[in-house]
Amino acid sequence: MSNKRRIAQFFTYLTVALFVVLLLRLWQLQLLKGDYYLAQSIKNRIRVVKIPAPRGIIYDRNGVKLVKNAPLFVASLLPGISEDSLDIKALSELLDMKEEEIRKLISGQDTKRLEPIRLKAGLSFSDVAKIEARRSDFPGLIIETDVTRYYPYKKTASHLIGYLSLPTVEQLRKRSKKEIVQNAPVGQWGVEALYDETLRGTPGRKFIEVDALGRQLRTVSIIPPRRGNDITLSIDINTQIEAENAFKRKSGALMAIDPRNGKVIAFVSLPSFNPNEFIHGISQDRWNKLINNPRHPMLNRVLQSQYPPGSVFKLIVAIAGLEEGVITPGYSVDCKGFISVGRWRFRCWKKSGHGLVNLRRAIVESCDVYFYEVGRLLGIDRIAKYARAFGLGSPVGLKLCTERSGLIPTTRWKKRVRGRPWYLGETFNAAIGQGYVSVTPAQAAVMVAAIANGGTIYRPSVLLDEEPQILGKVVLKPSTIRFIKRAMYDVVVNPRGTGWRARSGVAPIAGKTGTAQVVSRPADEDESKRWLPRDHAWFVAFSPVKNPEIALSVFVEHGGHGGETAAPIAKKTIEQYIKGNEKNTP
Amino acid sequence: MKKIPLKKLKEIDRILFFVPLLLTITGILTIFSATRPAFEPSHPPFYIRQSIWLVISLFAMVAMFVFDYRWLQRLSYYLYGIGLFLLLLTIFEGYIGMGAQRWLKIGPIRFQPSEVFRIILIVALSNYLQSKRSPIDGITFGASLLLFGALPFGLLFKQPDLGTAIMLFIISASLILIYGVKRKILLTTLALVLLLSPLSGKLVWHSLKPYQKNRLIAFVQPERDPFKIGYQIEQSKITIGSGRFLGKGYLKGTQGPLRFLPEKHTDFVFSVFAEEWGFLGSVFVLILYLVLVVRGFETAYIAKDSFSTLLATGISLMFLLYVFINIGMTMGLMPVVGVPLPFFSYGGTALVSNFMAVGLLINIRMRRYRLFY
Repeated sequence: MSNKRRIAQFFTYLTVALFVVLLLRLWQLQLLKGDYYLAQSIKNRIRVVKIPAPRGIIYDRNGVKLVKNAPLFVASLLPGISEDSLDIKALSELLDMKEEEIRKLISGQDTKRLEPIRLKAGLSFSDVAKIEARRSDFPGLIIETDVTRYYPYKKTASHLIGYLSLPTVEQLRKRSKKEIVQNAPVGQWGVEALYDETLRGTPGRKFIEVDALGRQLRTVSIIPPRRGNDITLSIDINTQIEAENAFKRKSGALMAIDPRNGKVIAFVSLPSFNPNEFIHGISQDRWNKLINNPRHPMLNRVLQSQYPPGSVFKLIVAIAGLEEGVITPGYSVDCKGFISVGRWRFRCWKKSGHGLVNLRRAIVESCDVYFYEVGRLLGIDRIAKYARAFGLGSPVGLKLCTERSGLIPTTRWKKRVRGRPWYLGETFNAAIGQGYVSVTPAQAAVMVAAIANGGTIYRPSVLLDEEPQILGKVVLKPSTIRFIKRAMYDVVVNPRGTGWRARSGVAPIAGKTGTAQVVSRPADEDESKRWLPRDHAWFVAFSPVKNPEIALSVFVEHGGHGGETAAPIAKKTIEQYIKGNEKNTP
Repeated sequence: MKKIPLKKLKEIDRILFFVPLLLTITGILTIFSATRPAFEPSHPPFYIRQSIWLVISLFAMVAMFVFDYRWLQRLSYYLYGIGLFLLLLTIFEGYIGMGAQRWLKIGPIRFQPSEVFRIILIVALSNYLQSKRSPIDGITFGASLLLFGALPFGLLFKQPDLGTAIMLFIISASLILIYGVKRKILLTTLALVLLLSPLSGKLVWHSLKPYQKNRLIAFVQPERDPFKIGYQIEQSKITIGSGRFLGKGYLKGTQGPLRFLPEKHTDFVFSVFAEEWGFLGSVFVLILYLVLVVRGFETAYIAKDSFSTLLATGISLMFLLYVFINIGMTMGLMPVVGVPLPFFSYGGTALVSNFMAVGLLINIRMRRYRLFY
């Protein structure tokens, strides 16, 4: 043994040195980074689970529930369960899902997310019983309960009410102020989307203590969810149903509003979709079918389709003529069935001609030649001025979806867009609502409501208790309004009126027919082929004639002449509404 | 061989007696906390078993200092032979646990021969060295290195118990070196080691078990960590760090009972303690270990003969290495080698052998003045 002292000294120093290393590390972990590690240890054991808030209910104007919150059973897998620990084949049989689908869901899980992976939502009670019985075979398989949305009226008013579905990637990325819960559906269409924040409420949070295997030990605390606010719509579901049925499976649109305040009474866009299909995620297949359906069920025809208004537009031309003083009610034109401009012939819909007609007859029988003349007297720009004043050519401001604005042409517009001057023939076309002129069914409804109420343009509103909003006022001579209304009443009640099919024993209805030409017909076309393919039918109406309570526009795709298919729909809708109101106010 | 007179009882070193006792009691309390049930219906009885082992250990310790240590010297080679045999037996008959055969089953009790072997090795090597002239010649050097270094290393490596194997090799080599080796031999060996190290490194790496390789990879390159070994270390660091200055409080720790921390009552028991008692408590425990180890080296210094000096140095060095490697491992300074913390970690054989080692230190201190009594 060389030197005991030196050996002992060496080892003592070594010991102290090593302990200093440990001490410094301890210092670093516990004092310098202690807060970080404390947070980590809390993150380890506390799992935050969002509690979706029950969504507000949507009612119709009479308090009928248009949507319901129903219990939802979901088969989910606890996070952190690997594919290998599961018999995927047996699971796919149990849940009636494809194996790849399950694998995709499991492998696609966000490892940082601690929420269970939803495998299948919308289980029936018997599904739940079946799964519960076999749960022990599948570690981590749980049944979650949640609230879902149920639309008892299914396809009815679906374009107005809209639907819910899981947030898109885009929506998740944006995450508005009120946080979107990953598993909670959000409004995607119609009122559900427009008033999503009102309806959605605030999700709650549950803090759960878990162990390393994800087993839940206890609930540490709960921040309860705040229920979303209810919404009462101005629509009357009975009128809505009646209107939709009246279309008899034809495609088209109808918007009925209260001319006194712009409240929407019925909002029909057909064909429509079943909002219940979307909530648990619609299959790609089904979605493609909806999108590629030639009848376009996902198109909101009230706001997103625009067509030439046809003879409905004659109301505007008539008002413009009277207001501008270019005609009087007594002003007469001799209709020979056509009018010639240079080498062009502009035909009246009645080949034989109407003979000598005054303004009232021209409206009642919808004489084209008469309005060619009025158009000539007015010029396109003066027609456009009145059309715009009645809200045509610009969106009505119902923000249910991206709205189209229609088109009211002017000479300036043509110069700008087409680079050509305006021709008289185009004025003729415009004067009978053809050619460049196009409107949406919503605009037509706003227009007829303004006629009914004497010139006030209301922004259509779907909320019952929303303050009516006036977009503009058309200043008209009382005599003009009186005359137009009377003429529109005659359209329906006069034996020769084009709208006689809207004649009602329940309420006096005033209206105007319209036909949007689908193809321009050669002048000498055979009469029997005239409606092939059939033109689109328009009908605008209000009722009762004195003190109108409802104004509406009806548009039937390929409905032929407006009086034929659109007028009866208007009649049924109005009758239902008036009868319903009488019942409600005895 | 004479019994110790009762009046000599007061010559029992208080530090060497009470520090391990305090550490063990603290350890039992920590084991109790670490194994608190979260979902299990009842408290696993680890803390009760460890308490029973403590009682047995105290008897073993007393047995180690009641008699003059020289009887051990006489028996050391026989014991060493038995020890080697038991290690060999473990390889073939061992009880498998955690991928390694470390336990032997004798009747109802399981024990780890390697834990007792540590002490026997130090005793036998010390006895062998003191019988030679210092500095030792080449033959003695080679024989001692082979017999007390390479042979146990090989047997332990085979178990596989890499941690213990390396540590015992370091202890053996250190004892040989401090006893004194002729300069010429030392330099030759050094050169040889340097030449052969790349080869032996490869050899060792290839004979490692996959889990051992993973642990090393995880330590050297935590970001590569293919088998999530780093999870253990990260959780251990979280456990320790979250204790901050004052700790979460006794029985308030969460990492152990909720199973985020693996091996919570054995290899990572210090982490659980640090979580509940914070920096303050941890420093206190570190100081206890420091005092114990330094007292051990001081014992070596004041020991009356070469044998006891070597023995005390070996034991103290053993404590130092175990403590440093274990605590270093829990704090991410050392790779995970599966070395328990002396007196603290759950494990009966280890506790008994550690108290026996302390008993030997006490023995050496008691008998440092006179040759016989």
